[in-house]
Amino acid sequence: MAGKILVAVKRVVDHNVRIRVKPDGSGVETQGVRMSMNPFCKHAVEAAVALCEAGSAEEVVVVSIGPKGATDAILTGLAMGGHRGILVETDETLETLAIAKILASIVDEEKPDLVLLGKQAVDDDSNHVGQMLAALTDRPQATFASEITWDGDTLTVTREVDYGRAKVSLTLPAVVTADLRLNTPRNAALPMVMKARSKPLSVRPLGDFGIDTAPRLVTEKVSAPPERGGGQAVKSVEELAAIIAEDVAAMEGAS
Amino acid sequence: MSVLVLADHDLGRLSPSTARTVHAVAELGPIDILVLGEGVDQVVADAAQISGVQRVRVSQDSGFVGQSAEALVPLLAELAEGYSHIVASAGSVGRDVMPRLAAKLDLMPVTDVTALLGPNRFERPIYAGNAIETVTSNQTQHVLTIRTSSFAPAANGNSATIEPVSHAPVISAARLIDALRTEGDTPDLGSARIVVGGGVSVGSAEGFKLIEQLAAQLGAAVGATRAAVDAGYAPNDWQVGQTGKVIAPDLYIAVGISGALQHLAGIQGAKKIIAINKDAEAPLVQIAELRLIGDLFEMVPALMRELEARGVRQA
Ligand SMILES: Cc1cc2nc3c(=O)[nH]c(=O)nc-3n(C[C@H](O)[C@H](O)[C@H](O)COP(=O)(O)OP(=O)(O)OC[C@H]3O[C@@H](n4cnc5c(N)ncnc54)[C@H](O)[C@@H]3O)c2cc1C
Ligand SMILES: Nc1ncnc2c1ncn2[C@@H]1O[C@H](COP(=O)(O)O)[C@@H](O)[C@H]1O
Repeated sequence: MAGKILVAVKRVVDHNVRIRVKPDGSGVETQGVRMSMNPFCKHAVEAAVALCEAGSAEEVVVVSIGPKGATDAILTGLAMGGHRGILVETDETLETLAIAKILASIVDEEKPDLVLLGKQAVDDDSNHVGQMLAALTDRPQATFASEITWDGDTLTVTREVDYGRAKVSLTLPAVVTADLRLNTPRNAALPMVMKARSKPLSVRPLGDFGIDTAPRLVTEKVSAPPERGGGQAVKSVEELAAIIAEDVAAMEGAS
Repeated sequence: MSVLVLADHDLGRLSPSTARTVHAVAELGPIDILVLGEGVDQVVADAAQISGVQRVRVSQDSGFVGQSAEALVPLLAELAEGYSHIVASAGSVGRDVMPRLAAKLDLMPVTDVTALLGPNRFERPIYAGNAIETVTSNQTQHVLTIRTSSFAPAANGNSATIEPVSHAPVISAARLIDALRTEGDTPDLGSARIVVGGGVSVGSAEGFKLIEQLAAQLGAAVGATRAAVDAGYAPNDWQVGQTGKVIAPDLYIAVGISGALQHLAGIQGAKKIIAINKDAEAPLVQIAELRLIGDLFEMVPALMRELEARGVRQA
């Protein structure tokens, strides 16, 4: 029996943009800044589509939570080969716990065999939602995936961990979060981008879900990190070796 | 207030990050360390020595081998009741486990904490470290992960009480089938005083050996860029940056690394950066305290010879 995959994608400030902290400390400037699908989510979509092409799954549903503009991220996912999209529309900035709760109720409705997410969103750098969703839906999880194979009701996942890699096996249904070495996301060709617009997209207001999304944390301020100043040029290898040798001696003396 | 710290360990050894985590939360109240895993006698003994630790709680259940989040979280959730703060280092286990625990407890976690400004006020980096967020939590309990490179280790010289914990059988639908460890005995990246980092410009796995040799000569840990890891020149656990490890050595020597913002995210804590690059305009060269402009294939071997001549040689 071929399965169903739900992929959660987030629209974020493009990873190449050098962000600016607002002078009043209220946050990061996102007006007029280039946005795109979170890079890790691209790897998640690619994995889902590839599993479909390999015959493990037959449907890929792409879901995003955010303002109307988040539709772009869903369209990117559909252009890459997703079958249909769901936008949970809200202009509020939601915490990861709230995002996970909304996704959990979509999992409840859709009953996917596998949920794929990015391991982290490059704006808040949280690295939470996959693990939280797994908790709320009582599913096993495999985070930081660099390889996925699907065999019947078993998933084998290679995870990137502190000591190298860990190969784990989990029974479906499960939650997996994608790391960057999982695959190379395809660039959707123009005809696919055009076709994406005619794929089914359901837009659901956040209010429909009846979930308490009130924030638990108060962001007091957002500040810029201390700047590292420019340094000095070293003329020769000899000069550099002398400096390093001195540093090493100082460290040995201190410890 | 009291704190439960989940010990970070592997292969029966306590990770240096645990003493740093303890130091980070030392002000919050009495600290218990929880050790979960098989063959962890040495881990328990070492944890009991960390200053500020009141009690080491341990279960040697075989279900904790592999440290799957699914196996660890039910017990953590049960034990959490007695604590105001449940804390782990932001390593691969902490990052995997703590958000799952938080959701089980219906709590919003605060992760990658780089400063504690009080029991419920924390700083954490966002946007690859290009902004720092200060958050206050009004929750009654706090689930935290600590970016340990931002904290010094707590001292040794304690002898905390050791107590077994009893619990229900461990169940997990996820199971470790193979641990593919990176061979070698290079120092831990997170706590090393010197790190030598290499980029994709080394051109091959053979070329990356230059970086490893320089590191060995200095007793340094080895770091790599994502591009070098993607190319297969270095193992994934050497990656430094937004999605790799975060380092804070006294000295970081970056060889042939451009300094993309995702790489810089991992090295901001370095006290001194030396960049060796043929491009004087590279972003990493721009922020380095010292720069040597030239071809790494000439510079690195020459540097090793000059260091050797000054008595810096492999121990
Ligand atoms: C979501 C996301 C997350 C990422 N996370 C990370 C991360 O955690 N860590 C990370 O490192 N990257 C990360 N990256 C990748 C990052 O954007 C860069 O692509 C990467 O850091 C570049 O690696 P590099 O410096 O080796 O290569 P390049 O950018 O190609 O730079 C090569 C450098 O070598 C120099 N050079 C070339 N030949 C020589 C020579 N013979 N001698 C001396 N110098 C020479 C060049 O002048 C240049 O400066 C991430 C990217 C994304 C999108
Ligand atoms: N607003 C959102 N809509 C859909 N998916 C999301 C959203 N926020 C986070 N995610 C998913 O959760 C992953 C991890 O995000 P985070 O926990 O915020 O770092 C992302 O890569 C997405 O797959």
